Amino acid sequence: MTPSRRTALKVLAGGGCAAAAAAAPALAREPKVAPPGAMGMLYDTTRCIGCKACVFACQQANGLEPERDPSGLHLAPVDLGARTKNVIKLYKDGPRMSYVKAQCMHCVDPACASACMLHSLQKDPKTGVVHYDPSYCVGCRYCQMACPFGVAKFEFEKAVPKIVKCELCRHRVKGEAAKDRSGFTRYASGEGPACCEVCPREAVVYGTREELIAEAARRIEQNPGRYFENRAYGLTEAGGTQVLYLSHLPFGLIGLPDLGARGVPHVAYTIQEGIYKGFVAPVALYGALAVAMWRNRRGAAAPPAGGEGVPS
Amino acid sequence: MSSHAVVHTPVGGELMTPFFRKLLFFVALGAAAALWRFAFGIGAVSNLNDGYPWGIWIAFDVVTGTALGCGGYAVALLVYVLNKGEYHPLVRPAVLTSLLGYGLAVLAVTIDLGRYWDLWKVPVFFWRWSGSPQLEVALCVAAYVTVLLVELSPAAFEKWKDGAHAGLRRLSEAGLRFMDKALVWILALGMLLPTMHQSSLGTMMLLAGPRLHPLWFTPWLPFLFLVNCIVMGYAVVVLEASWSAREFGRPREDAMLAKLSRVAFFVAAFWLAFRALEVVVAGDLSLVASPIGVVFLVELALAALPVWWLSNDARRAEAAYQVRSALMLVLAGTVYRINTYWIAFNPGPQWSYFPAVPELLITFGIVALEIALYLWAVRTFPILAGGEAGAVARG
Repeated sequence: MTPSRRTALKVLAGGGCAAAAAAAPALAREPKVAPPGAMGMLYDTTRCIGCKACVFACQQANGLEPERDPSGLHLAPVDLGARTKNVIKLYKDGPRMSYVKAQCMHCVDPACASACMLHSLQKDPKTGVVHYDPSYCVGCRYCQMACPFGVAKFEFEKAVPKIVKCELCRHRVKGEAAKDRSGFTRYASGEGPACCEVCPREAVVYGTREELIAEAARRIEQNPGRYFENRAYGLTEAGGTQVLYLSHLPFGLIGLPDLGARGVPHVAYTIQEGIYKGFVAPVALYGALAVAMWRNRRGAAAPPAGGEGVPS
Repeated sequence: MSSHAVVHTPVGGELMTPFFRKLLFFVALGAAAALWRFAFGIGAVSNLNDGYPWGIWIAFDVVTGTALGCGGYAVALLVYVLNKGEYHPLVRPAVLTSLLGYGLAVLAVTIDLGRYWDLWKVPVFFWRWSGSPQLEVALCVAAYVTVLLVELSPAAFEKWKDGAHAGLRRLSEAGLRFMDKALVWILALGMLLPTMHQSSLGTMMLLAGPRLHPLWFTPWLPFLFLVNCIVMGYAVVVLEASWSAREFGRPREDAMLAKLSRVAFFVAAFWLAFRALEVVVAGDLSLVASPIGVVFLVELALAALPVWWLSNDARRAEAAYQVRSALMLVLAGTVYRINTYWIAFNPGPQWSYFPAVPELLITFGIVALEIALYLWAVRTFPILAGGEAGAVARG
């Protein structure tokens, strides 16, 4: 090994140590918590009758053009899509059946927002609603890759496309939410999530996340043995969601994945923030590389034009 | 390392060969498909869907294309950091393939982005930057393309400095003086940036965590992607050097490529061992007994074969084995990347994806454009080493 090569390796090792040292403090990425006024929904499979009033209310409230068949008749959507922010599906296996509602879960630690480069998708600091601003969206669809629930949709059929997802009808909100007679913190009539406002059976209700957690606990207590595992989905899953589910069937059967208690961005962000915090590590590596090459070049002495790119 | 006064000369010769015309035909087909996409949307030309929002344009053109463009990075590490001056003749053509690989990846991204007209906001609106690994990739790749252009600029300056145009002559002399002074700082940037974004390309798929198969999901993904791009970089340089030697009748540096193949062997063997051991240590070995497990085994076998070939001194000295191994290493890296971004990603049984014909035509067009630009550049500018110094070889 030549002396200059040894130096190069030493310098590089030094840079590597500096990078590792910079990364260490960031390794403990704090779990995210929902803001105190986090708004959410509670859906209860045992109350839903599959009337789909919520599906059409959502389309109307969001100005979404319903899908039609060739005769021009509206079709009931089969899944979330570029024209569907809310959908009712059915699980059926013999006598075991359940309706199931799907829309954005409004995660406490949303993967879509972590994927988004310019915070086109971001969490409202007050309500925790994950909302979308197309003016900073480049249409990369990384949010779609990241969302573990497959919620974010994209207008593939348009030359000027946008991301489409439930934003908890935030465009309808005009005033502040306040606790009403029902005991839930809600907006004035016509300003809340359309799906909740039209539900005839309180199968889906909205309020703050705390109120919904209490409501879920109350329903579980009043109906022992009715709900799967006597718990609501979304309390801890993927770091917690603001939309909670009560189900009489196992969550896996109605399309709610087993995601563990960590937020989806945890691993990626621990690494990314660890390496790039304060930009110390990249600068250290840059310095190490430059010093190594500078020494090599000086060691070469003879022609000053020794490197690539210069006339030789 | 003082003995590397390398002479670069343009190859010259007829550009419009029958092969070049074929390339242009594919470029035209791809351009037509791209125009269709810009007029009628991504869905009009591709099979991309809400389950598989990323397809061949991202998995191949960008994620694999930039790794194929890591020749400049991998060889520069050897020459400038580890002070192995003997590989110096390989640097300039490697930087050219890097520039083409990255430049055309940027083109592919522009076609893939639904709202490409907002792309300029990414570097400008810095107060809106998130911690997204993709932001890191985007900024880094943009910066790296610029650095590669600067690194390659002497090839143009050397041509222009003896040219007829007085303004270009002055610019070239000033440019060459600047390059001589700033070289170390530019080269260091040219090594820092790929280290950053090639690892971030691995970090990116960590966000798809729950839907990425555990045989591919590992916190070591950034490290695996980084080492993998160095393997692919060396392999591409071997292929590029072999092909251009044959194509333009320049002497093939068998001995140097044998040594480079040895370097590629060590890095590839390390990558292979790390990849396999990581799966064992993570306790995922039992998952191999499944259909997707077979995909994993094929992926490993593709890398293991060239590592085995290159482990032997005699085989490594043979040009045929150098080329064969390099091809296999490129294939193994390609399959690894496509698996991570496509095959091992499972959005649910209701979704499927296979690229549509116009979608493939865009990818073929980009590859054809890359080769065409390479041919034009080495015929026009002093890129390749050897040939008769000062004279332009007519081919």
